[in-house]
Amino acid sequence: MPAMRVRQAIATAIADEMRTDPTVIVFGEDIAAAEGPFKTTEGLLEEFGPIRVRDTPISEMAFTGAAVGAATMGLKPVIEIMFMEFLGVALDQLVTEGAKMRYLSNGKLSVPMVVRASVGGGLGFGGQHSQTLENWVAATPGLKVLSPSDAQSAYSLLRAAIQDPDPVMFLEPRVTYAERGEVDTNLKMEIGKARVVKQGKDLTIVALGQMTNIAREAAAASSLDIEVIDLCTIVPWDKKTVLASVKKTGRLVVVEEQPQSGGWGSEIVAAVSAEFFGELKSPPIRITCPNVPVPYNGGLEARFLPNATEVNYQIDQLMATGKAPQPWWIREGF
Amino acid sequence: MSKGLERRKAILSDPVAQFERAVEIREFETQVNALFASGTIRGTTHLCNGQEALAIGLASVLRTDDPVSATYRSHGIALALGLTTESAMAEIMGKATGCCGGLGGSMHLCDLELGLLPTSAIIGGGMPIAAGAALAFQVQGNDRVAVAIFGDGATNIGAFHETLNLAAIWKLPVVFICDNNVYAEYSRINLTTPIEDLHIRAESYAMPHFALDGMDIDVVREGIQSAVDRARSGGGPTFIEAKTYRFAGHSRADQALYRPEGELDSWKSRDPLLLLEERAKKSGKITDAQIADMKVRKAKEIEATVALCQNAPEPSAKTMFENIWSRKVSQ
Ligand SMILES: Cc1ncc(C[n+]2csc(CCOP(=O)(O)OP(=O)(O)O)c2C)c(N)n1
Ligand SMILES: [Mg+2]
Repeated sequence: MPAMRVRQAIATAIADEMRTDPTVIVFGEDIAAAEGPFKTTEGLLEEFGPIRVRDTPISEMAFTGAAVGAATMGLKPVIEIMFMEFLGVALDQLVTEGAKMRYLSNGKLSVPMVVRASVGGGLGFGGQHSQTLENWVAATPGLKVLSPSDAQSAYSLLRAAIQDPDPVMFLEPRVTYAERGEVDTNLKMEIGKARVVKQGKDLTIVALGQMTNIAREAAAASSLDIEVIDLCTIVPWDKKTVLASVKKTGRLVVVEEQPQSGGWGSEIVAAVSAEFFGELKSPPIRITCPNVPVPYNGGLEARFLPNATEVNYQIDQLMATGKAPQPWWIREGF
Repeated sequence: MSKGLERRKAILSDPVAQFERAVEIREFETQVNALFASGTIRGTTHLCNGQEALAIGLASVLRTDDPVSATYRSHGIALALGLTTESAMAEIMGKATGCCGGLGGSMHLCDLELGLLPTSAIIGGGMPIAAGAALAFQVQGNDRVAVAIFGDGATNIGAFHETLNLAAIWKLPVVFICDNNVYAEYSRINLTTPIEDLHIRAESYAMPHFALDGMDIDVVREGIQSAVDRARSGGGPTFIEAKTYRFAGHSRADQALYRPEGELDSWKSRDPLLLLEERAKKSGKITDAQIADMKVRKAKEIEATVALCQNAPEPSAKTMFENIWSRKVSQ
């Protein structure tokens, strides 16, 4: 199996889909001639030419909407929103137009498109270029929302996303772009299926994107036998896998890279609480970022993001007291 | 008077001070670039080399109560408006003494005393804000003027067109300045835009518009002054396209290898610093020897600024929770 960087896994997944499916086209800002600001579209222009691989002006609204329109007429556009924040200027086209096309055409229209966006903090990009913002899109029926955590899931999930007949939002954790991992190009991953990345029996961690790596790190450092689930799909999320795991362990900890309010983890905790009320060994908890913008300063940004030490502190407290621990910012009086 | 206001006052009309400020900005960017290249600072940065005359010309025409809404590429604009090099450098280094307490970074500078609104890192993001500031002045019945300054690439985003139209129909006291430095990221303007003279776009909004030579501070000052005068006297918005050139790559990682051969050199022959130097000499207020001394002094000053900022305190964790709402709510 070849080892590749996450950004190469993404480019490879797109190229493999383009080779097998001539309806796949790719566009975005500086993704063709410059091969992408994060080099996630390397080699595509050269191999597939300027009809199928296009640079756009700085016009997210127009090109997101153009992807919707092209998708309704038989193409499979894969577009790149360089930083998730830029989707803000295009949200109507995706959320209010694209995601409603099937419904408002009485089922006649399909919108097989993928919106790729880089997300997340950790690189010092500051308050307008570091958020994950999955909750912008997670509350839109008609959209599917995915986030890979490593090279293999980036490759396999992106191929699944491109093949899918519905609009898919594909959130790529920017910090992982340079990370290497083995990729089995024959391995299929399904939308709506989580991955158990580490088996365990004492406690279940559900994580997403770069938090999967934090969860793995925490599990490796813990004296407990922790099961780590990489959720992979936020909408529609894999209830079956999560519930089966919590049924086994009796404990749930969700690790999320976003402010506490409105996070996807609330969905998981609510579903688990409803399903296993009274049977759980401890209250299900969420470990999140505080409800503040992403700070630029390196030390503060590192504190803002959940880390393995905090995850294990929370877990140890949970095990010792049986009560949901306070987040660090409450403990420290902020 | 604060140091910032003094710095602003200094460049209002004196050609020597204006030249000196340009040298300062260039030195500042040189140091910023080196700090990023060496990994001393994380994140990203966007240098303004080649665009100094526009920044200083703008600052010298505006009043300090005329707000400016600018972009992530604003080190030069901020310093021209009067922001101290310590405040700007500390911000870029993420230090508590920075203009945004170290929480903003290179792309997010601000100084309300000098009229610098928080800079936006979203293309077009600052344009409606400037129109809104102008709306406030119109409603309040005062003679303040708002300015939006943005790149050539921003002329392709929806906010640009919506804002121009709104400002035109409401006759808002706002000046739109398109800093056309020929490139948006790695794309030359002709690859993304079907016209060369971007100011023509204002024609369809029935807004007065013109292009000017953004490398020549006298031309810049005259052009912006006329637009500001119009806005101040109730004549509504103006659109100015300043022709400049981005001497550096888009951001710190960019070598700008996509530029046609010779293009950079031909623009560099009209480097705003050269023109400002000549102009300063012509004023008779500074000699070649003094200029040489000044350049050395400025370089040393910026080096000292860097050293000072390196030793400045980091922001405390507490600051992360401040300025979220008007009153702090713990949750
Ligand atoms: C809405 C949005 N889309 C894309 C970007 C990414 N981006 C940052 S700078 C830039 C180029 C802007 O070019 P221009 O407007 O000419 O300004 P310059 O960088 O030349 O000053 C792009 C595309 C962004 N910040 N915001
Ligand atoms: Mg530009």
